[in-house]
Amino acid sequence: MALINSLIDYLRGSKPKSASVAKERLQLILAHENPGRRGAPDYLPALRQELLAVIAKYVPIDPEQVKVHLDRQGDYDLLELNIVLPEGVEQR
Amino acid sequence: MAKVVVITSGKGGVGKTTTSASFASGLAMRGYKTAVLDFDVGLRNLDLIMGCERRVVYDFVNVLTGEATLTQALIKDKRLDNLYVLPASQTRDKDALTKEGVERVINELKETFDYIVCDSPAGIEKGALMALYLADEAIVVTNPEVSSVRDSDRILGILQAKSKRAEEGLEPMGEHLLITRYSPKRVTLGEMLSVEDVQEILRVPLIGVIPESEQVLQASNSGSPVIHADSTDVAEAYRDVVARFLGEERPMRFLQPEKRGILQRLFGT
Repeated sequence: MALINSLIDYLRGSKPKSASVAKERLQLILAHENPGRRGAPDYLPALRQELLAVIAKYVPIDPEQVKVHLDRQGDYDLLELNIVLPEGVEQR
Repeated sequence: MAKVVVITSGKGGVGKTTTSASFASGLAMRGYKTAVLDFDVGLRNLDLIMGCERRVVYDFVNVLTGEATLTQALIKDKRLDNLYVLPASQTRDKDALTKEGVERVINELKETFDYIVCDSPAGIEKGALMALYLADEAIVVTNPEVSSVRDSDRILGILQAKSKRAEEGLEPMGEHLLITRYSPKRVTLGEMLSVEDVQEILRVPLIGVIPESEQVLQASNSGSPVIHADSTDVAEAYRDVVARFLGEERPMRFLQPEKRGILQRLFGT
């Protein structure tokens, strides 16, 4: 939907309306700040810790570079893992 | 069985006190014996909005410390027979509020009142936590604006974690979303978050939408809760909120921009 809207906006040559910008910004920030309230399971922090421990066994990693995120899209949940490995890690 | 309702929001200036005054008045108009309590210790304002500021003798803190009884401190509303106001203290600090003290006062009120409406201060500190601690139902007042929506989300998390119901694992508090200062015209122009947007983000059942209106300032100027401003959109919207709270079905109103008549359009008024 958002895509179609932005396409329409693009064709019209108009900027996105500020209300839709507000909505997107809020959805992004609140998913981060208060995941428990959004129906996300509370095992996410523990899952993140354990993943971190497993990865650290194989490659040195910055804890900040492991992101675990749960998203709801219609009928299904999307568990998103984003792990950025440090540059120049040699394979063992 | 008496019910405790907290009017809260996180952010300041969104309409908590305006809502507390009108909601409590609305319950009293419907025949329920209602007390409305100001939890904003140090910054009392409910008395002004209710128009009883010159009749304050004792306050909430006096009752907590035993310097006055509830009967002495409660101020009877001049418009409605079954409505009473408990003002906050203007001089003490918020540490005067303790869980035990507040619980004792609310339990005493429960013996004679049907509804106890708690007007929460802004923020998430002591006063706000005490206002929500004993609540059975919460009305979360939100403006269709980013900082207000974010703070409402925060306060909803706190309701679910820090209330007595949460602490004791009882049935969770009932949550209601009230959107205030809504401007249908700006929503149509894409300049303001819509009711649907806010609902989708906060995921709390909607109890009403109060349109942006000059009436609110006029009501506070004169110290008369805006629900008394007969035949205005705001008063009607608040009466709908009270009816829905009492379990009646009422369609949402005032969500579309006002239609302008031909004459208005011609003369641009």
